[in-house]
Amino acid sequence: MKNSETNYNIMNNSMMNTNQETWLSVCNKSDLVINSGVCALVDNHQVAIFGVQSDDLKIYAISNYDPIGKAHVLYRGIVGSINDEPVVASPLFKQHFSLTSGQCIEDDSSHVRTFKTRLVESDVQILI
Amino acid sequence: MAETLKIIVVGNGMVGHHFVEQLVTQQHPNINFDITVLAAESRLAYDRVHLSEYFTGKRADDLAMTSEATYDQWRVAFHLNSKVTQIDRAKQIVTTHNGDQYTFDKLILATGSYPFVPPIPGNEQSHCLVYRTIEDLQEIERCAKESRVGVVVGGGLLGLEAANALKEAGLKTHIVEFAPQLMGVQIDSAGGTLLRNKIESLGVEVHTSKATVAIEQGTNHRYRMNFKDGGHLETDLILFSAGIRPYDELADLTGLEKGERGGFAINNQCQTSDPNIYAIGECAAWNNFIFGLVAPGYQMAKITVQKLINPTSDEKFIGADMSTKLKLMGVEVGSIGDAHGNTAGSQSYTYENQPQGIYKKIVVNHDGTKLIGAVLVGDTSDYDSLLQYMLNGIDLPEHAESLILPNVNNGPVLGADALPDSATICSCHNVTKSDIVNTITAGSTELATVKSCTKASTGCGGCAALLKDVFDTAMENLGFEVKKDICEHFAYSRLELFNIVKIEKIETFEDLLQRHGHGLGCDICKPTVASILASLWNDYVLEKNKIPLQDTNDTYLANMQKDGSYSVVPRVPGGEITPDKLIVLGEVAKKYDLYTKITGGQRVDLFGARVDQLPSIWAELIDAGFETGHAYGKAVRTVKSCVGSTWCRYGVQDSVAMAIFIENRYKGIRAPHKIKFAVSGCTRECAEAQSKDIGVIATENGWNLYVCGNGGMRPRHAELFASDLNDDTLILYIDRILSFYINTADRLQRTSVWMENMEGGLDYLRQVVIDDHLGVCDELERQIAHVIANYQCEWKTTINDPEALKRFKPFVNSNETDSTIEFVRERGQIRPAIEKEKSIKQSPHLIPVIEAK
Repeated sequence: MKNSETNYNIMNNSMMNTNQETWLSVCNKSDLVINSGVCALVDNHQVAIFGVQSDDLKIYAISNYDPIGKAHVLYRGIVGSINDEPVVASPLFKQHFSLTSGQCIEDDSSHVRTFKTRLVESDVQILI
Repeated sequence: MAETLKIIVVGNGMVGHHFVEQLVTQQHPNINFDITVLAAESRLAYDRVHLSEYFTGKRADDLAMTSEATYDQWRVAFHLNSKVTQIDRAKQIVTTHNGDQYTFDKLILATGSYPFVPPIPGNEQSHCLVYRTIEDLQEIERCAKESRVGVVVGGGLLGLEAANALKEAGLKTHIVEFAPQLMGVQIDSAGGTLLRNKIESLGVEVHTSKATVAIEQGTNHRYRMNFKDGGHLETDLILFSAGIRPYDELADLTGLEKGERGGFAINNQCQTSDPNIYAIGECAAWNNFIFGLVAPGYQMAKITVQKLINPTSDEKFIGADMSTKLKLMGVEVGSIGDAHGNTAGSQSYTYENQPQGIYKKIVVNHDGTKLIGAVLVGDTSDYDSLLQYMLNGIDLPEHAESLILPNVNNGPVLGADALPDSATICSCHNVTKSDIVNTITAGSTELATVKSCTKASTGCGGCAALLKDVFDTAMENLGFEVKKDICEHFAYSRLELFNIVKIEKIETFEDLLQRHGHGLGCDICKPTVASILASLWNDYVLEKNKIPLQDTNDTYLANMQKDGSYSVVPRVPGGEITPDKLIVLGEVAKKYDLYTKITGGQRVDLFGARVDQLPSIWAELIDAGFETGHAYGKAVRTVKSCVGSTWCRYGVQDSVAMAIFIENRYKGIRAPHKIKFAVSGCTRECAEAQSKDIGVIATENGWNLYVCGNGGMRPRHAELFASDLNDDTLILYIDRILSFYINTADRLQRTSVWMENMEGGLDYLRQVVIDDHLGVCDELERQIAHVIANYQCEWKTTINDPEALKRFKPFVNSNETDSTIEFVRERGQIRPAIEKEKSIKQSPHLIPVIEAK
């Protein structure tokens, strides 16, 4: 088992003070639980990261905070699709959030922040 | 920035409450409504329409339409016993009788009305009462106890209700009416005569054309009422119900305009002569008319809410249909539209059946094409149809009289299909047929859900039968019931999926999805398939390819609570636990600072564990000999037991030993839903076995087996399946029943609903399980034996599997613990911190976590 947390530093101060968007490594591809979520701590914020495997592997990152249940739990939801849109169902009250837009399917006024992701070699990175 | 509008609502009767409810539920993004209710009565709104039911056993709580907790939840401030006595229109301040002052931006007057008491000398005496509030009813109840005879002054709709109340209270009852007939507003004289006959046949004496001139001391009874025609009547109690008058004295005090017959004069948008002040309900006069029914008041409330939310709203109050249907003392009376035929050129058809006491009249327009009014006495079964004909201007059939003639030649029936989409089904809440159909289309396929979504039939309830008709027809038209697909990814029911998995020996979700489904799956099909796989093969639920299928509770083998922390429930078979083990539970709870509560299933629940703490908590519990309790799974939960014959003077069998045996036999079995058992040691049934999926009750000769009960939202008593069974037969039957349930039940279907939906019911289940009618018992036993043999304590497996333990690390890139889970202490234990108690707010920088708008 690879000790991933030592490899990926939490953001340093210089990064925090810029308004520039930055790619940040959060984990290794092997840390993902395919078709489910893991959580990364980024400057004290929780980001839920999902690796979804259908024909190819797609990686999505959204805020881990469920604005309806008001708890940091989204990475523990079940991943699925609604009309081909990849979604995660909140483990608290089962509302679905789009993994691409962050929009809550059941409640127009609720959405969560999403992050761009990319895979560099086996590094999972998010844009913040 | 949202604008804040201070709303003061004066009065909390049915209409005032309806206004508040509408305003709260129709939130507007750009306006914050700061609502304060000032009510003169001592309680929040209650159902005045059904007030007389107070005398048939309903109490104040049953009549309540809301609760203080609901208002608190809505953040609506309310002050009871606060009668508004002054309005300063210039400063926009109201003052109550105790001197409290409140400012407003908009003022809503919903002060209602009070009973009119005719100015008869002597009307102020102690047993002269009115019928309007719950306090009035309490007073009537008290005075009735000291009385034998009661008189209601007033033979209108409310008077008859009041007479009914006196009759229910056991008094010899009289009705004294000034006019020559009863219910003169709603029905014609022929109908009035029939109504009078019916009411008199019930033992109520009716005196019409009587004007009371004085109330004096009586000879045989408390009072003597003297009439203008020289007659008199002795009584112990007098109840005035001679119409209502609007509570409008604030108009005189503040210079608001009044209607000709009183009431705050309002325009089409319910504004009084001061545009910042609205009046709704029985205190309002629209075109000089005061509406004494609840439905028009609700409409006014709705229009006012629209106007507040959108000042340019052009919704208008355009008068109201005053049609009424009611049942008074068992006599049905209905009045629709122009009951008296006052419209120029109108004509009528009449049907009277004196032997059966039925009178029906319809009034049609000059050319006989439309219905404009109707009177029904003794039989209102045609009311709904006739009302729809009138409200929707439906063309009358060729022989209009067939609408009210007895159904000898199968007269025309106005089915739900014949109604236009715009047809009003519920006039109290103004719900149309299309509202109902749209609600069903949007996914509410239960009548109860449709009722709660649309509010249809929750006012006077008069449209219940019509609503059901419309609902049933719409369901049929929309083709419901046919579709049993569990979700968009599989066009199969759970039963079909179960059979596919079993026959094709499918072992993974991916395999099943590839062969028989499409898309990625979802939170419905994934756990269902995981449950089927577990039921059939009973593999370890945290095998890598099963993790993504499970609800969080199954994934983390614990129950997620509202703050994202988990609770832990170790198995305590039969509820029997040694002191040493009990101490371990206490020590573990203390060490991890867990909230501890005894469950209904005779175990101990430990709350407040973070994901990362679960493995070490379980390591300690397993060390002490505990096993997982499957409280997180759709699985066998607990076997509750009483102490049984070992200790109890009454016990006839060892219920504890049997409970422990049963629990250990079936523990861990995954099923369509949770399964609960109980074993009682004698017929006193202290273990409450008849409220369980499987209930066992000891007899002198063995065990009685009860099946398919449950508590919860919709309790159902278990049914006696077989009697006086020996131990082996008992277990054999339970094996087969459980296995049959797991094989055939729908997703998330408890045994109770499974039984209710089973064609042939209990007898059929007996045939399958006892007589092996289907020839499947061998297979059922083989399946259950397989899962029993493959039992493992999932927690024991988990803590010995480093790969599985990775899941319990909260962050993939950090060893920190989740600092967002915070507790405060209450009654000596922890509880989740509420938002304002939390030290860590949503941080403002870098990654704003967006909350619901």
